[in-house]
Amino acid sequence: MAVYEHLYGAYEGESQSALSRFLVIPRYALRETFKSKLLTTIFILCFIYPLVATILVYLHHNANALALLQINVRELLPIDASFFLTFVQMQCAFGFILTVLVAPPLISRDMSNNALPLYLCRPLSRAEYVLGKMSVVVFLLSLVTWIPGLLIFFFQASLAGFAWLWANLWMIQAIFSGCMVWIILLSLLALAVSSLVKWRVVASGALLGLFFVPTAFGEIINELFLTRSGHLISLWATMKSIWSGLFGLFVRQTGQIRGRVTTPIYDNELVDIALLEPPLWVSWLVIALICAVCVWLLARKVRAYEVIK
Amino acid sequence: MTNVIELEQLSVTFGKRPILKSLNGALGGRAIGLLGPNGAGKTSLIHTLLGFHPPTSGTARIFGQDITTDAKQVRATVGYMPESDSFIAKMSCVHFVRLMAELSGIPAKHALERAHEALFFVGLGEARYRPVDSYSLGMKQLAKLAQAIVHGPKLIILDEPTNGLDPPTRSRMISLIRQIRDGGRARILLSSHLLRDVEECCDEILVLKDGRIAANCNLEEERKANRKFIELETRGERQGFVEAVGNLGCEYALSGERRMKLIMNETIEIGDLYRLAHEHAVQIRRLNFKRDSLEDIFLKAMENGNITEGANSSINNEKAVENGNGRANDGGL
Repeated sequence: MAVYEHLYGAYEGESQSALSRFLVIPRYALRETFKSKLLTTIFILCFIYPLVATILVYLHHNANALALLQINVRELLPIDASFFLTFVQMQCAFGFILTVLVAPPLISRDMSNNALPLYLCRPLSRAEYVLGKMSVVVFLLSLVTWIPGLLIFFFQASLAGFAWLWANLWMIQAIFSGCMVWIILLSLLALAVSSLVKWRVVASGALLGLFFVPTAFGEIINELFLTRSGHLISLWATMKSIWSGLFGLFVRQTGQIRGRVTTPIYDNELVDIALLEPPLWVSWLVIALICAVCVWLLARKVRAYEVIK
Repeated sequence: MTNVIELEQLSVTFGKRPILKSLNGALGGRAIGLLGPNGAGKTSLIHTLLGFHPPTSGTARIFGQDITTDAKQVRATVGYMPESDSFIAKMSCVHFVRLMAELSGIPAKHALERAHEALFFVGLGEARYRPVDSYSLGMKQLAKLAQAIVHGPKLIILDEPTNGLDPPTRSRMISLIRQIRDGGRARILLSSHLLRDVEECCDEILVLKDGRIAANCNLEEERKANRKFIELETRGERQGFVEAVGNLGCEYALSGERRMKLIMNETIEIGDLYRLAHEHAVQIRRLNFKRDSLEDIFLKAMENGNITEGANSSINNEKAVENGNGRANDGGL
């Protein structure tokens, strides 16, 4: 097929491997993503906290700098599990903002203009299509969560020595898996919403709603029924329990209040009520269920053509 | 000619509703027309061939590759132009076509070049940097054609390519399809409601009705066969003439006092009929070549149910005359 001839001709050149074909989707999606100046700015802002954390780690091991700044090392945050837990929570929160900006148009843009048949009539399966779109979120969120987390961890290890590294080696798994659970949950949730809603703005709103509305509702349940079970419907609270568990900082009893209780034992008596967080396995189960529902939704919605029953 | 598509007891069911019912056959034309009324299963057949719907039973092969077990290889050899609007918003046409080329396996460095070429080929060269969503309907159809051919597929599946096009754009689309067909580098499967489009582009047709094959004909052979069918109107005592025509080896049938229909065998020329008429003092007042239009074939397929290739030419013609809906072409004699 030559421009000057304007004739149809078959392609007889080399073909790409299956992996290269798969990478076409994230490559194009990332190119489109970074056309947005707002997103690029937020992406850069996501690295402020890792920078602060790196400086903190550096200050811990630099007496001259501490003296210059007139800071006592005991005034700084200790570099331990809680330091990295805070880091993971902060960066995952930034990751959520990124997801709200990046993920909603990924599938909805293709669905609103009926582009799915064009993707799926090519040597690309539905799973590969979804994984290709998902890899955009996974890649971006990895850049702002576990990758800087592990870099800071190894930076601390290089300054603190082998003994510290050996004693805290388990934290590598905690940082990586804590972030990856959040990344997978967010990307599946965002893609499921993106496949359900054809308009980008509505999809972004729905994603924010899924995050904040159950959280608020869960808090209302907690207050009304003097419990902490409402946290099960809050994504953030459930993830916080999981992160705490991974970093060995999970505490079930997070409070105690005095309240009147009417049960077969107590007849409207004033008693001490322990506020217990849901068990860790329940939090894991909730996250697994949400992921399963998202996968099911994606399997139903991401089709070349919808069969209407 | 190698078979492009082979159907082997192919059945597709949506829920409990059968959509395609045990389709059997082999299609080998350069351009195959897929015809049928609404809901006949044309688009479902295309979707099944592309692997969008799994067959409930049976299978199909495209260039010998099974659509279920070799789905990816099949899709690598196929280009598909869907019926409805399909594009990616806010993306320039050249990038859209390039993306589609890369997804088909063409390396990035060649994909852009192919995208430019495909867009020039379909006539969107000047508009290739505009976003596809800013295109008119006709331009969108051409963009869809460009993405279907950009990777140089061996089979191009076109689903209603002339839908909603104005006459000049329709002519352009038909001319492009014919150009691709005549180039011989790709086979075409064209699904259309418009018989004229299929007649202009295709040399083989598959007519579907209620999920079954109602007709599978080679149009070229059909036309050749029909050329031998002749309708005569005579004046004068015709008994001797009729016997003489019969002695020439022609099958004939008399209708009324003046009309006769005959199927000429290959050794007889029209001039022989005039010579016999002269010898028996019979005037030939009218001589028509009778041929079935695609519309006749389609309508008969809808009435009869199942017509298979090679078994229908004379029967079809008879019925066309009886119904009075055959198109009579003046032989110019």
